Amino acid sequence: MKIGKLSFSKLCTVLVFVFLYAPIFVLIANSFNASKSRAIWTGFTFEWYEKLFHNEIILTSLMNSLIVALVAAVVATILGTAAAIGIHNMNSVLRRFIMSVTNLPNINPEIVTGVSLMLLFVGVNMEFGFTTLILSHIVFCVPYVILNVMPKLRQMNTSLCEAAMDLGCNHWQVFRKVIIPEITPGIITGFLMAFTYSIDDFVISYFTYGAKAQTLSITIFSMTRRKVSPEVNALSTIIFVVVLAVLLIVNIIDIKKHKKEARR
Amino acid sequence: MNKKAKIAAFPYLIWMAVFIIVPLALIVVFAFTTTVTVDRDGNVLTPEEVAEAEAAFWEENGEDADIAELGFGEKTVFTIQNILDVSKYMNTLLNSIWLALIATVICLLLAYPVAYFISRLHFTKQKVMLMLAILPMWMNFLLRTYAWMTILERNGLLNQLFSLVGLGPFQMINTQGAVVLGMVYNYLPFMILPLYSVMTKIDSRTIEAAQDLGANNIRVVGRVILPLSMPGIASGITMVFVPAVSTFIISRMLGGGTNMLIGDLIDLQFLGNAYNPNLGAAMSLVLMVFILLCMSITNSIDDQGTEVSMI
Repeated sequence: MKIGKLSFSKLCTVLVFVFLYAPIFVLIANSFNASKSRAIWTGFTFEWYEKLFHNEIILTSLMNSLIVALVAAVVATILGTAAAIGIHNMNSVLRRFIMSVTNLPNINPEIVTGVSLMLLFVGVNMEFGFTTLILSHIVFCVPYVILNVMPKLRQMNTSLCEAAMDLGCNHWQVFRKVIIPEITPGIITGFLMAFTYSIDDFVISYFTYGAKAQTLSITIFSMTRRKVSPEVNALSTIIFVVVLAVLLIVNIIDIKKHKKEARR
Repeated sequence: MNKKAKIAAFPYLIWMAVFIIVPLALIVVFAFTTTVTVDRDGNVLTPEEVAEAEAAFWEENGEDADIAELGFGEKTVFTIQNILDVSKYMNTLLNSIWLALIATVICLLLAYPVAYFISRLHFTKQKVMLMLAILPMWMNFLLRTYAWMTILERNGLLNQLFSLVGLGPFQMINTQGAVVLGMVYNYLPFMILPLYSVMTKIDSRTIEAAQDLGANNIRVVGRVILPLSMPGIASGITMVFVPAVSTFIISRMLGGGTNMLIGDLIDLQFLGNAYNPNLGAAMSLVLMVFILLCMSITNSIDDQGTEVSMI
């Protein structure tokens, strides 16, 4: 699809990338802007970064987000992996029904899931706080684990299990020595997806958090309502750098692995 | 192995019942019920009658008397009024759908060439470009929307650039256009990914074969690439339209208080000033049914039944 040297799709790609990154670079630039106003540049400063690190609220909510994400992801991984193994061995009618219900939190708009969970917690008179937050996060994390482990189970060679049992393994040993190693990539991917979606979540947290258990997204939301918050820009820049570093590392490992396999 | 393994799913099944089915059932229940005040004999009282009775009571017994002596209680009754009330907000619902549709179409038009371009690159470059395309997605959703507030304000960057060439300051933020822009910006990577995923499976030789047989570029796109990328298009449309139609953050941050979408309305019923969980549940139910309808339509179009998985 080339029209001269610059093809149409290449041009589009460049424009779209500019569109995607322009606001981010504005945030990054503004994080060093000495002026509180977001449009006038008065000088270079690290002041906002310093303020950020002394901002108790932000640091606490960051810690909260990490704790919630970690707990939710771990519980979701255990629950989801067990579920995937169980569902995999069910007949197809039951399996399809359970998978449809499992996909409901994903298909539903987040606001509906969030509201429904809020009604549940209000209905049982549970106090809104860490418990409600973590429970809600597990709800939308488990489907990701199941969706990542199931394909691995399907791809697994069942003769391996039978061979292991022929050689004398009981069920637990088959599980530990044959099944787990086969599905581990799915478990890891599921865990990472769960963790990532939990850290970034806003809508569900918005309906299920408590005053003492605010996640980073909630704090950012309340900060952006009050128009003057240059620390938010500093926060954005740090998040951007961290995410960039993580993605770079993952990709470099991936490329190296691919090159190694290509050489064989 | 098989029979015993089923037990492994039992904890999850209990979880599923409690945390997925019950909450949704609650929404249905709340949508079809409302709480009314009843007097001692069980007669339903309107809010005006309640206010009258309370005022009379206080007049008789003094301001400090315990209102509980009146014997009024609360009862939950079945009603379809909530669902009917949702029709009062039909404008907002239709507006949300309309804006989400525009945003989805724009995302599709922008993402299609990008996904195609990346899918034709050399493997290493593909990974890098893909990573760059989804990097914004990993940044916090709110921060990304907040970034546009900075750019679109009256003294924001865009208006500053415009003033350099003598164009007056435009009102860009707090408009419907800003909301659509926010939707497109936030959900574009969700359209690029499924499209890319499908396009990598399109063998270049297929395209070359079409060109060898005399097809010009438009025909190649229309008759080869487009049909083969349908599963990705269906997937991408779902991943953009559903969050776009139900968002309330984007409309609040970029649309000001005036451009309300259905998400804002639901939010108001539960956590806002107009506390009415029954109406909110009814709106959520309507929204959910609408989304499920859309998805079954999309699924029937994509009759290959191919599921596009992400990364």
